[in-house]
Amino acid sequence: MVEFNLPANSVVKEGKSFSAPADAKNVRSFKIYRFDPDSGDNPRTDTYDIDLDKCGPMVLDALIKIKNEIDATLTFRRSCREGICGSCAMNIDGRNTLACLKPIEDIKGEVKIYPLPHMPVVKDLVPDLSQPYAQLASIEPWLKADSPTPPDGERLQSREERAKLDGLWECILCFSCSTACPSYWWNSDRYLGPAVLLQAYRWLADSRDEYTGERLDALEDPFRLYRCHTIMNCTNTCPKGLNPALAITEIKKMIAERRA
Amino acid sequence: MKMQSDLGRVRGLGSAKSGSSHWWTQRVTAAANLPLGIWFILSILAGHTADYDAVHAWLSSYFHSTMMILMIVSVAVHFTHGLQVVIEDYVHNRKAEVISLMLIKAVAAFLSVAAIVSVLRIVFAGA
Repeated sequence: MVEFNLPANSVVKEGKSFSAPADAKNVRSFKIYRFDPDSGDNPRTDTYDIDLDKCGPMVLDALIKIKNEIDATLTFRRSCREGICGSCAMNIDGRNTLACLKPIEDIKGEVKIYPLPHMPVVKDLVPDLSQPYAQLASIEPWLKADSPTPPDGERLQSREERAKLDGLWECILCFSCSTACPSYWWNSDRYLGPAVLLQAYRWLADSRDEYTGERLDALEDPFRLYRCHTIMNCTNTCPKGLNPALAITEIKKMIAERRA
Repeated sequence: MKMQSDLGRVRGLGSAKSGSSHWWTQRVTAAANLPLGIWFILSILAGHTADYDAVHAWLSSYFHSTMMILMIVSVAVHFTHGLQVVIEDYVHNRKAEVISLMLIKAVAAFLSVAAIVSVLRIVFAGA
């Protein structure tokens, strides 16, 4: 049944507080989830007061400032700091997004930062994404064709055919959408989730791919695909402005189309 | 201890290669429930269910008894399909899941057949 009670040592407790320097004028509090599974302690939220006059504009800038200047034990993923690598996906102010694309200015009051929801936590803001990565591998996200490669080495695609991939290729696989989806929270062991289904549709929509039927066979499953109940959290939260819910609907339409 | 790879676990037992007819039936019955529901509400507003004699006269009609049986079937199918999804979503104990799935189908089958028999009794036996 649904689990109403959390395991004993998973209740989030109030942690440490770090105040800003005395001369700071533009102070903002950052309340950040901290958890170290190896320590056996409960997770806690530490509060860091930051002088925004001495910090970059994005939430990621504040996290880097905290790690560099206040608390080196704070753990998070980051790489490109410009919204193309997907590493710094986390739950900021109640919404999954990329820390590097989220301006601190957009948030009123205390900035609350948690890891992506409903994933095992490796440490602090670092979730274990092995499951969604394996799900991505399971849909075989690469071009599959039996026609031999043309002699000039390129499979051609018209402009119209190429245009069908717009809104799909831009996905950076940050998994903000999948971890915002209640269906994925309850059934991630069998439901593929919006991020992976958008990738599946990216190959279904590709005119060069010749394995559409086999791909649809693999997706047509009460859990893999049909756990999507069009809740739309995925589309609401996508930091790249993509529409995974629409991609899933397109897959359902393709399956309906081949039935009659 | 589980040492199976993530990919092996995710592939699991493979695709069921079904689910589309469940999804489609749920949409078709939802669409059917709309005109049937409007007919039902209009019938109540028109006073066809004011007392026993009114209901009897109303349900004896060829058109209204047909509409009533269609509504019973459509609502029962939509109800079981919808509730099945809810149970599959939230009930994660396999035994409880299978039992509750069978139970809702049995209850819906009994209630809908009983309702259809009642309509037929009014139409044919005049009960």
